[in-house]
Amino acid sequence: MPHSVEDIEIQLLLEALYHQYHYDFRHYARASVKRRLIQARTQLGFSSFSAMQAALLHDLSTLPRLLNYLTVQVSEMFRDPAYFRALREKIIPHLRTYPSLKVWVAGCSNGEELYSLSILFREEGLEQRTMFYATDINPEALRAAEAGIYPLDQIRKFTENHQQTAAPTSLSDYYTADYGRAAFDKTLRERVVFSDHSLVTDAVFGEMHLISCRNVLIYFDRSLQDRALGLFRDSLARKGFLGLGAKESLRFSKHAEAFADFVREEKIYQRREP
Amino acid sequence: MSGAPFQAVVIGASAGAVQALLRLLPALPGDFPLPVLIVVHVPPDRDNALVSLFREKCTLPVKEAEDKERAEPSTIYFAPSDYHLLVEQDGTLSLSSEQPVNYSRPAIDVLLATAADAWGAGLCAIVLTGANDDGAAGLKAVAGAGGVAIVEDPASAQFPTMPAAALAACPTARVMTLADLLIFLPGLVAA
Repeated sequence: MPHSVEDIEIQLLLEALYHQYHYDFRHYARASVKRRLIQARTQLGFSSFSAMQAALLHDLSTLPRLLNYLTVQVSEMFRDPAYFRALREKIIPHLRTYPSLKVWVAGCSNGEELYSLSILFREEGLEQRTMFYATDINPEALRAAEAGIYPLDQIRKFTENHQQTAAPTSLSDYYTADYGRAAFDKTLRERVVFSDHSLVTDAVFGEMHLISCRNVLIYFDRSLQDRALGLFRDSLARKGFLGLGAKESLRFSKHAEAFADFVREEKIYQRREP
Repeated sequence: MSGAPFQAVVIGASAGAVQALLRLLPALPGDFPLPVLIVVHVPPDRDNALVSLFREKCTLPVKEAEDKERAEPSTIYFAPSDYHLLVEQDGTLSLSSEQPVNYSRPAIDVLLATAADAWGAGLCAIVLTGANDDGAAGLKAVAGAGGVAIVEDPASAQFPTMPAAALAACPTARVMTLADLLIFLPGLVAA
């Protein structure tokens, strides 16, 4: 089917975003990008994607507003409790054998997954020997992750999820509630480095024992998924672990050979010996 | 109209979905030449049991849609629970955990609008029984892209709200009963 004018405008907008600001969404799954750009066009009041592109290039205030549409920030703490339970019961016993640990939450968005892991590692007594790296491309999301404040109406769901991970503690041990918001204990982020890092354009920055990257790869096209998975392969220590989202898999990837199923039903993989 | 060649069929259904689909899907012959993509509203916390249910009843292979797989002919795909299902321009499928649309994830509007974008006049889209208005905007997009838009006849649908809302948003949609669809669908030919 021939590309519509709108599709051409979107391609040009993404090129402009890349060339001017080095944010590269050109290989994100386009159908979802287009939906979000249509939302942005309506809600930011542009008459066309070309008008949006002009504003993006000439008005610095457009970029952060547009990024908030282009990056998906929907998550919850302990989303898919069975995944976190599998980490607790099947991965933590292996991680215990290391004197020091590095954990990377790739595409951390507003930090829900990071705090979930940080609480899990505290519960399991591994927090003090662990460094967490929480990375994202959206500076506003990183600031939100660093703040660790969530609407109180989400806490019930977070609490239910947490309980289903066979948790020995209560989620309420880790936050204080106030004015409709729950602020998570700042000691949970004492061992966290928050950093701008792109799975599209940036490189390996450390040797990890666990990489958790959930519901990030589904927003990429096949070529970009392979790029990110190659980066994960190169970032993992021998026998390090990779956790993906419930509907993500290595099956179609050219890097599938580099990983072995570890907890198959929870999409937790182990780096094979190189 | 069913003589024109198609590339895919997409179906949205909510309340009453299982009974309606139990009439339609098992009736599709093994050589049905198109991919069939389906969004049914199911609770997010539950595993999507539709695949195993319909796998037993259908001649066509039935599977849960996987991220970045190609929509193949003669195959029925269900959106997984708690993920939107989207179609890319090249006919591959994407999943997304973006926020619910019309309080639903998966949302019918998301599938229909992206399928309309990918397949244009080669798309046949059907909005079946349901008690909300998801699918209305999507069906309008399908018709706008030149595709064939169909609603289940609200007069005989188990829950008329959803097809009625889709018909209101897309007045050119064809109105068919399940019995009409049982004749219409097997007559579709591939592009």
